[in-house]
Amino acid sequence: MRAASTFFWRRPYWYFALLLVPPLLWFGTVYLGSLFALLAQSFYRIDDFTAQIVREPTLATYKQLVTQPANVDIVVRTVTMAIAVTIACAMIALPIATYMARYATGRVKAFFYVGVMLPMWTSYLVKVYAWRQLLAKEGIIAWFLGKLGLTGVLDALLATPGIGGPSLSSSFIGMFLVFVYMWLPFMILPMAAALERVPGSLLQASADLGARPSQTFRNVVLPLAVPGIAAGSVFTFSLTLGDYIIPSVVGAPGYFIGMMVYVQQGTAGNIPLAAAFSVVPVILIFVYLSIAKRFGAFDAL
Amino acid sequence: MTAAIEFRGVSRIYGEVRAVDDVSFSVEPGEFFAMLGPSGSGKTTCLRLVAGFDTPDRGQILLEGEDVSSTPPYDRNVNTVFQDYALFPHMTVLQNVAYGPRVRGVAVAEREQRAREMLDLVQLGAQGERRPAQLSGGQRQRVALARALINHPKVLLLDEPLGALDLKLREEMQIELKSLQKKLGITFVYVTHDQGEALSMADRVAVFNKGKIEQLAAPRELYQGPATSFVARFVGSANVADAALAQKLGVGAPFAIRAENIDVHAEAQSTPADHMAAPGAVLAVQFHGAASRWQIQLDAGGIWSALVPEEETRRLNGLAAGARVRISWPRDAAVTLRG
Repeated sequence: MRAASTFFWRRPYWYFALLLVPPLLWFGTVYLGSLFALLAQSFYRIDDFTAQIVREPTLATYKQLVTQPANVDIVVRTVTMAIAVTIACAMIALPIATYMARYATGRVKAFFYVGVMLPMWTSYLVKVYAWRQLLAKEGIIAWFLGKLGLTGVLDALLATPGIGGPSLSSSFIGMFLVFVYMWLPFMILPMAAALERVPGSLLQASADLGARPSQTFRNVVLPLAVPGIAAGSVFTFSLTLGDYIIPSVVGAPGYFIGMMVYVQQGTAGNIPLAAAFSVVPVILIFVYLSIAKRFGAFDAL
Repeated sequence: MTAAIEFRGVSRIYGEVRAVDDVSFSVEPGEFFAMLGPSGSGKTTCLRLVAGFDTPDRGQILLEGEDVSSTPPYDRNVNTVFQDYALFPHMTVLQNVAYGPRVRGVAVAEREQRAREMLDLVQLGAQGERRPAQLSGGQRQRVALARALINHPKVLLLDEPLGALDLKLREEMQIELKSLQKKLGITFVYVTHDQGEALSMADRVAVFNKGKIEQLAAPRELYQGPATSFVARFVGSANVADAALAQKLGVGAPFAIRAENIDVHAEAQSTPADHMAAPGAVLAVQFHGAASRWQIQLDAGGIWSALVPEEETRRLNGLAAGARVRISWPRDAAVTLRG
């Protein structure tokens, strides 16, 4: 035992190798390996007559993805939803996270953290189906709005072309509400973590130099929350881009990227197109992060 | 003349703790005023009360004769240099310094001009485009100073500003701060737990203990005539004879005697008539260069220390830990304490 300890103490590289190789192998094979396998699949194509995968490098599948209007519609629809959900989550999360991180203490703080995480402990499917009931034409939300005499407002909202529908549960508005509900904790937690790290003396210094609370918020709190917002938005954005259950249970007809991946690799048996669709979110997130970095979102890290 | 700062019976109570307990004092315009005390003595709370980060539970705080007890920090004409500097990490040095004018609506060109002047004042003119994280501790300190001075405050509050710096830099900054204060003529309120810092820089020092001011006096007066045993110990590292010990030594009231006023002799040696003497045993002798510090256990109780010049220590050659000695001190060097 002692001899072995001395051996590794004298040869730190062996020590690191012993510690790092197993997890790196796991990470390399399972995470990166499967990602590259997916990437490789997207460069194959399917033979239209035999429905067999042709294992030759080709851009035909990508061509199909970007030239067929139906496919482009799916990407645009999904990305629009993801952007809307991300912005809504950020706007709702900011005051909550600010309160949790900067003002709440002790029990109140614990209550908020548990409250934010509690919904994540229950089944995702249960929550989606529950929301379908809540949003249904005869559901509790429509009923409550009726009691408040706001049925007209709801009808007007549902009559909006593009995002409306016969009821909340079969409209993009309803789908948007469910997405925001589902991913909100993923925005609040990183944002609160970023705000927790801001030293209180920075806020005092800002006030000391003559900044009113609103100016302190804009000039100090918000810029320092940006890395948290960026991290949270990657979650909300990518989760929305990849989800296929919410769009298939709630909302208007029309495929989303996740549903398309599901359909193409399942019933249609078109693995290359499914792979090409799933590369889209990867590229979009990469582009998003590059832009965020260009604008200095991570400078305060 | 109206006082720059005046505390009238100010108390700040956190739950059971009286952080500041019925404190009254005033600071003259242009004065370098130090608040000295151990941690938890209330000095930092007093500073926060002046800055407006905290409000008093009782009493009034006046800035230039105006009651600001419930004025928010952004409406007070005082600025603070924070212990951790509190520089904004997402802004450049220049943007940090220009922040005060910026939030007060000064145009970009003018505020950057003023910020450059302030950076020149603290000899950081070339560092404007860097981030605080790229600066050394001493440079950050100067940026914090420049940022706090740009609004031309009537009073500058400094919360242990040199605490994070190493000794050499700290001594340089002490001299620089003092000359800056003279040059600008601003009232400085300087919080520190380092009595050397307070004595060397301040015009007057308020010694805090348990939420109250034990003594408020000029540094010399504080050092030579401590009013209480706390001040004697904390400021002068003096030997204190409490009421019981004083009685055993044949003196009516508690008194303090500084280590450099104590002579150490062989036990048998007699003492001059104008001296007081006490027998004891040597606990330890610590070498400090020009002098040695002797720790002596008095037979009457209490451990005192004597600062003995090097040649004297050599003359006492042979006396080491455990040896019996007799210490003496001039009667007129003893300072009578009130508690």
